[in-house]
Amino acid sequence: MQFGVFSVGDVTRNPVTGETPSEAERIRAVMAIAKKTEEVGLDVFAFGEHHNPPFMSSSPTTLLAAVAAQTERLVVSTSTTLITTNDPVRIAEEYAMLQHVSGGRMDLMLGRGNTAPVYPWFGEDIRQGLPLALEHYNLLHRLWREDVVDWQGRYRTPLQGFTSTPRPLDDVPPFVWHGSIRTPEIAEQAAFYGDGFFANHIFWPSEHSQRLINFYRQRFAHHGHGTPEQAIVGLGGQAFIAKTSQQAYEQFRPYFDEAPVYGNGPRMEDFARQTPLSVGSPQEVIDKTLTFRETFGDYQRQLFLIDHAGLPLEMVLEQLELLGGEVVPVLRRELDALRPAGVPDAPTHASLVTAKYGDAEPRQPRPNANRGDNVTGGSPYQDTERDQAVA
Amino acid sequence: MNLVVVSGGTSDPSSTRMLADRITARVLDRAAASGLELTTAVIELRPLAAELASAQVTGFAPPAVAAAIATLAEADALIVATPVYKAGVSGLVKSFFDVVDQDLLIAVPTVLAATAGTARHALVADEQLRSLFAYLRALTVPTSVFAAGEDWGGSGLQDRVDRAAHELVVLLAADVRSAMRDAGTRYNRVFGGAAEGADEVEFDSDLMRLATGGSAVAPPVRPV
Repeated sequence: MQFGVFSVGDVTRNPVTGETPSEAERIRAVMAIAKKTEEVGLDVFAFGEHHNPPFMSSSPTTLLAAVAAQTERLVVSTSTTLITTNDPVRIAEEYAMLQHVSGGRMDLMLGRGNTAPVYPWFGEDIRQGLPLALEHYNLLHRLWREDVVDWQGRYRTPLQGFTSTPRPLDDVPPFVWHGSIRTPEIAEQAAFYGDGFFANHIFWPSEHSQRLINFYRQRFAHHGHGTPEQAIVGLGGQAFIAKTSQQAYEQFRPYFDEAPVYGNGPRMEDFARQTPLSVGSPQEVIDKTLTFRETFGDYQRQLFLIDHAGLPLEMVLEQLELLGGEVVPVLRRELDALRPAGVPDAPTHASLVTAKYGDAEPRQPRPNANRGDNVTGGSPYQDTERDQAVA
Repeated sequence: MNLVVVSGGTSDPSSTRMLADRITARVLDRAAASGLELTTAVIELRPLAAELASAQVTGFAPPAVAAAIATLAEADALIVATPVYKAGVSGLVKSFFDVVDQDLLIAVPTVLAATAGTARHALVADEQLRSLFAYLRALTVPTSVFAAGEDWGGSGLQDRVDRAAHELVVLLAADVRSAMRDAGTRYNRVFGGAAEGADEVEFDSDLMRLATGGSAVAPPVRPV
């Protein structure tokens, strides 16, 4: 079971001091949070992606590469990478590069985003949001698995003899999670490819996510990837921890009350009762998080949102100390003890390499010499035969 | 069969609830005469006011609102009564239907009713409620029932109540709702919503073919 934090990189006014951090301050803060995530013993830091103020998360791979360079064990991921408005060719290239520079300590989560105006900023049409996402991923999936791709679709120009470089690390594509809150087609695509499915679960009652996750699990089995219980599920969560329940409520209330999304709406007590939000002592957060397993079955990745609503860096780091020090070790122990033998862990680069090669050496593609025309040709790598690569 | 009554009246007793009750009584009489057995559930919106305000912000239904929506989901017929405030439908009524799944009331026979202090608001039910329920694809009966203060003294109101009740019972007796829903017609449903059939997924679609590695259908030919 993996535990981590996820952030959307919002730059939000601190409602207690009234001050809004600069973009520079917030970017530095996110770097500090990511490094702390590893330091306190968590596994994953996921980040991104927005293309408008008050966010600064437009370029996740650059930030995540810096995080990977300053950590040793942490898996960097995204929350989410926009599969609609990013060209799948760029996603294939950028994330393959991130995979190399992080030594395989990365994966990514694809989403459609929730910002309507972003589509025209990148030359896309929101009316085609869902088919764009589906078609883009079909292409991305091939770009990481075939050296040379001939492709034609509806939403981007055709590709003829295109090779996405660098080839994935060890010729093993990054693991992909598909994030969705209500779209069966996205869950179906995740199930079809045997990819992971992530429900960002934090703003609504758990039952809202339950039916889509159950659907994904059934379809994962239908498409022959294992039993429903072996499907790869990730969940969002949201916690504010203090020594006592009362302290947690007192400290978090001014931030909750003015938070984007639900601020100036429900009472925190009601919202915490009705949604996955945990506010309380470490034991209370542990108990609430354990209910997720009862609702969704054994799952592989739990990410917490902790750096939002204008919480200052010191408080976020303190939250990480409590999460890593007191909450997650207990959750790991309890969830590991409850997990049946057949339920897999979330795939990592190492596990995917083993799954593909066993004890054999992974493939290391070496390109043929440039012929002077910058065109790939049918067989761009030394270890592929000319006629075999043109599929 | 279930008759559900939604009342947006806020006083006790409210003229809005009184109007809803009057319509309900006539519907029950006429249903009995047609051999239909009806059970009645009333959703008073006033106790839900605080939760509805919260739902406007969060986008999900808190417990009491969720219970009301579950009651509404069982409706074979519906009576909706709103007070008129500032020449419009009560915000409470609009807030409630704002958080109801948009496919919950497809083809449900519905009587629309409104009360106001003056007859100048007589068209609120037809101009505002009717368009809201058209969006929800409910089957509103032709006669809406409006009652200003002065209507309670005359006989015209009871005539309209009776006509609306008759229209509702005709639709109920013919089971128009089932006939429309079962005719092989497909209505879009929000996956996981409260409406019946909300967990059924259509696999035979262009999007599902695309989701499983297929190609999008060919683009329309652009005129040159």
